[in-house]
Amino acid sequence: MPIDWFPLWLSLRVAVISTAIAFAIGLWLAWTLANRVFRGKEVLDAAITLPLVLPPTVLGYYLLVLLGRASPIGHLYELVFGGPLVFTWQAAVVASLFHSTPLLVKSARAAFENVDRSYERAARNLGATELRLFWRVTLPLVRRSILAAAALAFARSLGDFGVTLMIAGDIPGRTQTVSIAIFDAVEAGNGAPARVLVLIISAIALVILTLANRLTSNPFGPRQTAL
Amino acid sequence: MIEARIRKQYAPRPDSTGFSLDLEFRAADGVTALFGSSGAGKTLTLDSIAGFVRPDEGRILLDDQILFDGAARVHLPPRSRHCGYVFQNYALFPHMTLRQNLEFAAERSPRLGRHRKVTEMLEKFHLSEVAGRRPYELSGGQKQRCSIARALIGASRVLLLDEPTRGLDAPLRAELYSVLRQVRQDFGTPILLVTHDTEECFTLADEMIVLRDGRAVQSGTPRKVFEQPANADVARLIGLYNVLPVEIRSLDPGRNTSRLRYQDFELAGPYFPGRLIGDQVSLYVRPDQLSVAPQNGRPAFNQIPATLLRTVQKPERLRLEFSGDIAVEVPRDEIASNGVKDWVIEFPSRDLRIL
Repeated sequence: MPIDWFPLWLSLRVAVISTAIAFAIGLWLAWTLANRVFRGKEVLDAAITLPLVLPPTVLGYYLLVLLGRASPIGHLYELVFGGPLVFTWQAAVVASLFHSTPLLVKSARAAFENVDRSYERAARNLGATELRLFWRVTLPLVRRSILAAAALAFARSLGDFGVTLMIAGDIPGRTQTVSIAIFDAVEAGNGAPARVLVLIISAIALVILTLANRLTSNPFGPRQTAL
Repeated sequence: MIEARIRKQYAPRPDSTGFSLDLEFRAADGVTALFGSSGAGKTLTLDSIAGFVRPDEGRILLDDQILFDGAARVHLPPRSRHCGYVFQNYALFPHMTLRQNLEFAAERSPRLGRHRKVTEMLEKFHLSEVAGRRPYELSGGQKQRCSIARALIGASRVLLLDEPTRGLDAPLRAELYSVLRQVRQDFGTPILLVTHDTEECFTLADEMIVLRDGRAVQSGTPRKVFEQPANADVARLIGLYNVLPVEIRSLDPGRNTSRLRYQDFELAGPYFPGRLIGDQVSLYVRPDQLSVAPQNGRPAFNQIPATLLRTVQKPERLRLEFSGDIAVEVPRDEIASNGVKDWVIEFPSRDLRIL
């Protein structure tokens, strides 16, 4: 029985793009949460984490309302890109963003907060601007934890089901990601392709988690205590 | 040269008592020690100079540059202050090699001479062989030298050291002292040092400022501070013996005498101007000004009986420590204690001082 490989490629593509976007947004949010003092900081953190605990249908519903063709955002998107956002593979990217970003923010905030303040003080004392301090000192110090978080976010994006189904739909060859394809195949009684995809996804997830674990252990030699 | 007037208030919170720093001092070239017990505001002072903490009021001048001025709302960021700070944990960047650590600090000097400058510094601080190693591969002494070299390389106009010898063993301490003496000689950079170690003040400092509860209680050369502590607090802080609570019983300016009561004994001293009969004051005598003899009958004039607790061998002298926090230092061969427990201590009238 021939296997349709499209869902796997689509899932990988969605995961790569959403992880990249989540990385940029998440790093900025995490840095802000870790370094800035402002009112409602913990509320913001909670709001960012919310998608991790909400039922996928609830989150999907919110997004449908927020991004649907009748909403201002959906309308704007249509004006700019010439087509609606919902029920396209780009909507699947948005769906997984809401799971990968909180994962990144959580780990990256902890990592930023764990950086020994004396390194930052030292850098400033030695004449570094805030920008140089971030790129040359802070980021290298948290690099491993953040890469590990990105790996987790990637793995999470790869397997999103509920939210993707709600806002991207299940259009074979266009928006059908691997987890939805597996669901369809099982529903339709096609055990063989489902089994292959299940094994592939499991293998990828295992490899990524192993990688993430390796990244978080032993950053700068045995005597380093800052991380 | 640093001139500072710093005022900083921390309001009391449920989890901590308040603290206020109110300090005015001047640190000339050479080594100045900020001396005090923990919580006296030493590190806060250092952090205010480096710009990590913003004082509420005051003014900090480094040479002719204003680093901070409360009234004019000037508060230079740490990066523009050119104060080399040596952190207690050294704060060497763990993801960089030693050489990269120095290069990071050298980046504000002209590109052309940078490499040479780093190489020179590595040589001067005997770090050339380990320049390619990361901080965790270095010994304590190497880390220490590297952090000092790093603080100096960016053309620092003052070197600030936060308790540099805390947690160091004796050889490392000695090494640090010699490195700092070398720095003073080769770079001429003024050094401001935070410490709670009296030995460190004596070995290194040209001037010391004694801090207590956020105030400067005395400043001067270490020698002067140790010989003439300004008051009983200072004496206690610098770990002096022979600070005795006494009451003034009589004062006679004409004969330049006084009578003091210490516990059940009466002591004769010089006239103390500006004191009144009945004042409770602290009496101080240097350990080498006292003399002792084994007790033999009733104590004579100006003698107090005391029990010998232990003798401490010093390089040239013997220190006898008695009950009541009294210590006497005598030349090594002058006295053999021979297990005698009861002694009398003689207080020389004219050497008695009131703090």
